[in-house]
Amino acid sequence: MTTPHGAILKDTVPEEERPIVELRGAGKSYGNIRALHGVSLAVHPGKVTCVLGDNGAGKSTLIKIISGLHQHTEGEFLVDDEPVRFTTPREALDRGIATVYQDLATVPLMPVWRNFFLGSEMTKGPWPVRRLDIDRMKRTADEELRNMGIVLDDLEQPIGTLSGGQRQCVAIARAVYFGARVLILDEPTAALGVKQSGVVLKYIAAARDRGLGVIFITHNPHHAYMVGDRFSVLRLGTLELSASRDQVSLEELTNHMAGGAELAALKHELSQVRGVDVEELPEEDELTAPVAGTPEGRA
Amino acid sequence: MSMTQQAEPAVTSPPAPGPKDTDGRTAERPLALRLLARPEVGVFLGAVAVLVFFLITAPPVRDGGSMANILYQSSTIGIMALPVALLMIGGEFDLSSGVAVITSALTASMISYQLTMNVWVGVIVALIVSLAVGLFNGWMLVKTGLPSFLVTLGTFLILQGANLAITKLVTGNVATDDISTMDGFDQAKALFASSFDVGGVQVKITIVWWLVFAALATWVLLRTKYGNWIFAVGGNKESARAVGVPVTFTKISLFMLVGFGAWFVGMHQLFSFNTVQSGEGVGQELIYIAAAVIGGCLLTGGYGSAIGPVFGAFMFGMVQQGIVYAGWNPDWFKAFLGVMLLGATLINLWVRQTATRR
Repeated sequence: MTTPHGAILKDTVPEEERPIVELRGAGKSYGNIRALHGVSLAVHPGKVTCVLGDNGAGKSTLIKIISGLHQHTEGEFLVDDEPVRFTTPREALDRGIATVYQDLATVPLMPVWRNFFLGSEMTKGPWPVRRLDIDRMKRTADEELRNMGIVLDDLEQPIGTLSGGQRQCVAIARAVYFGARVLILDEPTAALGVKQSGVVLKYIAAARDRGLGVIFITHNPHHAYMVGDRFSVLRLGTLELSASRDQVSLEELTNHMAGGAELAALKHELSQVRGVDVEELPEEDELTAPVAGTPEGRA
Repeated sequence: MSMTQQAEPAVTSPPAPGPKDTDGRTAERPLALRLLARPEVGVFLGAVAVLVFFLITAPPVRDGGSMANILYQSSTIGIMALPVALLMIGGEFDLSSGVAVITSALTASMISYQLTMNVWVGVIVALIVSLAVGLFNGWMLVKTGLPSFLVTLGTFLILQGANLAITKLVTGNVATDDISTMDGFDQAKALFASSFDVGGVQVKITIVWWLVFAALATWVLLRTKYGNWIFAVGGNKESARAVGVPVTFTKISLFMLVGFGAWFVGMHQLFSFNTVQSGEGVGQELIYIAAAVIGGCLLTGGYGSAIGPVFGAFMFGMVQQGIVYAGWNPDWFKAFLGVMLLGATLINLWVRQTATRR
């Protein structure tokens, strides 16, 4: 773990113990469907907390609670040791919790700089003629993007013409600039190629090094293990594993994530189907080793 | 969508400011292409083409008076096309805007005449009614999540029926009574429906209002927070909400802006003709929408301008009057419009694709 540098360094001592965001036995039911139950999680500044899980494991519900889109129905949700219950994403933003959604991060047809400041535009002038401070916004956006290591030729180009990885990075830079203390990243690498995933992971590390707490939601244990400090694996709405980096190896993580036993069962099922060559599929004990060559895509 | 290939990033973590200027992966796009990427350029060229066409084929168009008349026709469409265009950029459209104009005029007329009040009372009440119709449209849309096509189709039918029924109920006739002798009429006419003299040519004041509103709309769209929000809610509502844009406020206020436009045009009609026919206005909403689309606004939202619809409305006015001045059968007007709409849309599409290709 690199030491956080930047303004947050001032009170280093208590920050290890004091999480910014904490869930204690939190859960959420939609009517009679329990989507999430008894989940405890702590996000510390300068640390990356990875949340892993298959589709339907409750990852989305978890981030929706923290980002203020939904409210928890059981347990506690604390921000700075204070119980909260957000009703809008704006409230979460005001407490420094910013969410970067996989495909909802930006408005494709709007220029990069307008996207960067969307919802928090800089203005100048008195009320009837209060207008956007375009020069300052462009300058600031350019500066901030460069600080995160993103160099763009033309901030006027529609953000939709950027690659998926670049768009994620702009969204991350935006969240960092607007004083996010906790950054929630919803599967930022799911739709990306190998190289672009690497770029996004680098910005996650950059955000961490600026002292932000990061919640990194992913399908991919390899990506998680590259930047993560703590790992929480969700299965069927409950916490299956919660461990820090020194307590778990990538192999164990992959196994928890992929569900070694389930894969064995799947292999058995496939063997009943004509035409599927199960001999080519790996054995269960092989599955505990990292699967080479598939760092991208959904695990 | 063209994907920019992400090359090896310029700097590594911990990030430091990169080298000055560009990363050298793209060349500056030529000025002509960048100009063409503006939403209003296609329609501007179209408007010039139509103007030149009629200047050649219909000699009377070359007269100043004819031009003032053409601009007047354009302005009555153009004033409504502006808020309709903003609404369209905001991702919605309003089928009730045509009859809402008549609703507003009827309200002002009947309130003033039946209660024997100063016409300004009617004008103010009509403004409130028009804004309330917009509020209702926007509120229904936001609360129910129904598409604006359905919500405003409902409002369209309600207003169409109410216009006729209430007018008959109140006046016993399908038109309102003449209000030209009422108190305040002259003042209101001066504001909404007067003319002034420019070098011997009578110019209608609506042309001035049209251009003033267009300038205002352009400024709001490109230079204010609210304009940014309009593009955002039309481009991607969920993203906009997630970054803290007040989506509900933006949508509802856009519908109310259409209400304001309907009020203004309604007042113009009332104070030009002194009475209002309750069955009018049907079909106008499509003309406004067409002017906005010809003006380069994307029907699905998130893209467009306020200047484009000005040229779109001008093309309408030009064709409408040009056919008459050319001595052709005016029955062909709508057919001509249809061809123009499709042509303009295809040109816009082609221009946008050409210009945004990198």
